[in-house]
Amino acid sequence: MFKLFAVLCCAGVWGQGRPATAGEVRKLDITVFPDGRGLPAGRGNAVLGRPIYKAKCAVCHNEAAEGRDQQWPALVGGIGSLATPKPKKSVGSYWPYATTVWDYINRSMPFDHPRSLATDEVYSVTAFVLFLNGLIAEGHELNEKTLPQILMPNRNGFVPDRRPDVKAKR
Amino acid sequence: MRAYGERSPFEGPVRVIRELTASPGTGSSRTPHAELFGTITPSALHFERHHSGVPAIDPAAHRLLIHGLVENPLVFTVDELKRFPSISRSYFLECGGNSIGEQSGNTQPDVQRSHGLLSCTEWTGVALKEVLRNVGVKAEAKWMIAEGADAGRMARSIPMEKVLDDALLVYGQNGEALRPEQGYPLRLLLPGWEGNANVKWLHRLHFAAEPAMSAKETAYYTDLGKDGKAQIFTFVMEARSVITRPSGLQKIAPGFHEITGLAWTGKGKIVRVEVSTNGGASWADAELQQPVLPLAVARFRFPWNWDGKETVIQSRCTDETGFLQPTHDELIEARGSHSGYHYNAIKPWRVGADGNVTHV
Repeated sequence: MFKLFAVLCCAGVWGQGRPATAGEVRKLDITVFPDGRGLPAGRGNAVLGRPIYKAKCAVCHNEAAEGRDQQWPALVGGIGSLATPKPKKSVGSYWPYATTVWDYINRSMPFDHPRSLATDEVYSVTAFVLFLNGLIAEGHELNEKTLPQILMPNRNGFVPDRRPDVKAKR
Repeated sequence: MRAYGERSPFEGPVRVIRELTASPGTGSSRTPHAELFGTITPSALHFERHHSGVPAIDPAAHRLLIHGLVENPLVFTVDELKRFPSISRSYFLECGGNSIGEQSGNTQPDVQRSHGLLSCTEWTGVALKEVLRNVGVKAEAKWMIAEGADAGRMARSIPMEKVLDDALLVYGQNGEALRPEQGYPLRLLLPGWEGNANVKWLHRLHFAAEPAMSAKETAYYTDLGKDGKAQIFTFVMEARSVITRPSGLQKIAPGFHEITGLAWTGKGKIVRVEVSTNGGASWADAELQQPVLPLAVARFRFPWNWDGKETVIQSRCTDETGFLQPTHDELIEARGSHSGYHYNAIKPWRVGADGNVTHV
């Protein structure tokens, strides 16, 4: 009986699953939190980001980052427009955290070769997009310490789910 | 005989595909509701929405890593997850962006294009809370960040309350393995919650004290209101219904018709569906096909003799919380025209004197 308990205890209640090694977790864990936890050490700036953007991002988002058609979204513009009759969502006007920009570029971009950018390239492309939005200077260094300190314009633009918010009358 | 069956060559309903980028496999495909029966969507016609294509995954090589604020970070094979006690349940799945054009005035011509990002199938998997008994989630963990093994590693943060309530790790759909476009070999299933949070090709669960604020939970799937503030973490799909026959692009003749359609709610069961055949001047109860299952679509039916005169037909539903499906104008009044996601208003169809059914 004691032996059975020990087996259940150490192999988990149902027995399945093996311990993950620290190396496995390190390799797969790309989560980045708004306070910067999860950001790898690295650095970049908009000067370095400009040619990378031109080579790998402009084909979809266009050179001025204004987007193309409807489905390659704009990365700039619309700051201050969200409460108007014609709100324009972009990285600059809508995204609440700079860490989200870094994380999305790191995990999902460029669209045809996600996760192909080196860490420093991700910092530089992020810096270039933030520079185009007028949020940082062209030479401002982004690294794992400075990136989370950037206050995005729409940082306080989100509220919790307040539904049911629609009043239907019978 | 066929080793793996195909439908009759005389049958034609297919998903309508909308590519969102120049890269194939990314975008959405929609369920042809006007041509389907009952409450179960065939797997081959279940809607799709992919953000970075459909990966080809060998299940023998696939692993699920569970880590973060846990006592024992563990790695599971798909076979190991299948050894847990299994659960099979019919649940609807609806994209948070279903009918996104209806709100902004970009109305679609038929029910497939306007409501086709909804489907309902029987899912088989294991209760996530059972798997987590092996892992031991720490009390500080309030969120679970679920990540897919698609090219873009799409990730969403899920509150612990849902994780410990009815979340499933799913490997089966309609009696067989998940289709690749539904997350083969493993997906997250959050009954009643917007499709995007039901992460496909699931390969990592990261427990944390706070959400990651990923792109898909901040820049997208948030509901921008009239005041410029956006509701965030709006997971539950509120109650709605739609008439699937007669519906847009169909043509009917005077005489008897069975008006039929679907109703569903992310808050439990549909308890009532009403139909109006006179532009909303009066409403009468439709018959609900029994049993009505929680968090699954309900099929409704309403006998109708069309006199050949132009009119507008529509349905509205009520769920067990007492929530009544709103009109388009009531929704716009509360949210404005730009929230886009989670649109659930009544859908009217105009029946012309010539029998042509069109969107209003």
